[in-house]
Amino acid sequence: MAHQRQAFRAVVIGASAGGVGALMTVLGALPADFPLPLAMVLHLRPDAGNFLADILNRHALLQVRQAEEKEHLRPGVAYLAPPNYHLLVEEDRSLALNVDERVNFARPSVDVLFDSAAHAFGPALIGVVLTGANADGARGAARIKAAGGMVVVQDPAEAEASAMPAAALAATTPDRVLTLAEIAPLLMELATRGRRRRS
Amino acid sequence: MSATTPDVRTIELDLLLEAIYRRYGYDFRHYARASIRRRLEHARLREGLDSLAEVQHRLLHDMAFFERLLADLSVNVTEMFRDPSFYQALRTTVVPLLRDLDHLKIWHAGCATGEEVYSMAILLLEEGLYDRCRIYATDMNETVLSQARAGIFPLSRLRDYTANYQRAGGQESFSDYYTAQYDNAVMHRALRENILFSDHNLAIDGVFGEMHLIMCRNVLIYFDRALQNRVLGLFADSLPGGGFLCLGLKESLRFSAHSAAFDDLVREQRIYRRR
Repeated sequence: MAHQRQAFRAVVIGASAGGVGALMTVLGALPADFPLPLAMVLHLRPDAGNFLADILNRHALLQVRQAEEKEHLRPGVAYLAPPNYHLLVEEDRSLALNVDERVNFARPSVDVLFDSAAHAFGPALIGVVLTGANADGARGAARIKAAGGMVVVQDPAEAEASAMPAAALAATTPDRVLTLAEIAPLLMELATRGRRRRS
Repeated sequence: MSATTPDVRTIELDLLLEAIYRRYGYDFRHYARASIRRRLEHARLREGLDSLAEVQHRLLHDMAFFERLLADLSVNVTEMFRDPSFYQALRTTVVPLLRDLDHLKIWHAGCATGEEVYSMAILLLEEGLYDRCRIYATDMNETVLSQARAGIFPLSRLRDYTANYQRAGGQESFSDYYTAQYDNAVMHRALRENILFSDHNLAIDGVFGEMHLIMCRNVLIYFDRALQNRVLGLFADSLPGGGFLCLGLKESLRFSAHSAAFDDLVREQRIYRRR
């Protein structure tokens, strides 16, 4: 397939309604030494505080924490957009936050993360669109594809809320449409394959 | 494309920011790139242009075009009593320490359309400190400053603002602070009496004066490390020992060149005190 020779450098994940459970499933199945950094947006109330990072940390072997601005992405760490901030990736692959207008009625917005990460990583990026009841992430998924990256979409038929994965499918042709349980094994396979090729 | 070899789009962005600086004097060269790129891309699409190089060409020759672009680049989104927990900490921890002062000078740097300035005015009024304060509210953008001066906000937002106010520990009826006119809320004149709105650009201008408290929330996240250090240096120079600095909840002094000049007062609310 097209991505066979690509060493992936990062994973971005977007989710909304039903996303807490979905992220628990995906992150819970990744090892502590997962070789890539992950950056994630889940739509939450502005005053949700740190609760999502706390919950995910209890379920994941790898480290989950809220992103800090200017922090450099590190392998084996899953960075969460803080509630009420957009999360972006800079060209130098550090993280950035901003309080710009909501995008798709959301802050953080999946599109904002995906767009900036596509710019920073080009073909070395894997984007994952999970359950959600809106269309955020669809445009961003198309941007990842246009930059040569890989897009994985949760099968809308099994997603707790189908609108978000369905919108991504309408906006672009993903590389894979998978059930939740199949996503972490694929990420492992892609991450280690890239690593082997690089070394 | 790799992280070390700049691609064409990176060069285009560098040149565009350089062009703005040399032609108009606004210095966005040390702004965080991903955010400014997103705003420029938004403007590019609206203007129907194909590349940032075309945006650069237009802005060099067309002042009206640049004015629109300046709004895209410099307007920051804000709200009244943004982060209620912060305002609560301000009320309970900082206000008691301000009571002994005969007069109180506050600099609100990067005030945008002024929502947080009015929030501060309300808080000080309720705490009996407003009469002896002077709030210097500055921004680099004249358009947002005149909006801030007018103190007129969309009525549709007031429900959220009222909820913020209450969660911030506000005890009064929030609707007493404004008058509804059509779709707008007009903030009461009395709130504005001790506020001086003026033009100041953190990227190029100097110290504004000696202050007791500086508010600069969600401005530094738009800057690169070098510009953050410049601005924090201005703040350190503007505050005597014991002066207060309030940053946004996702901003920190931790990695700055000026961290040694401040102590944490309320760490999780990013309230610092000058040593």
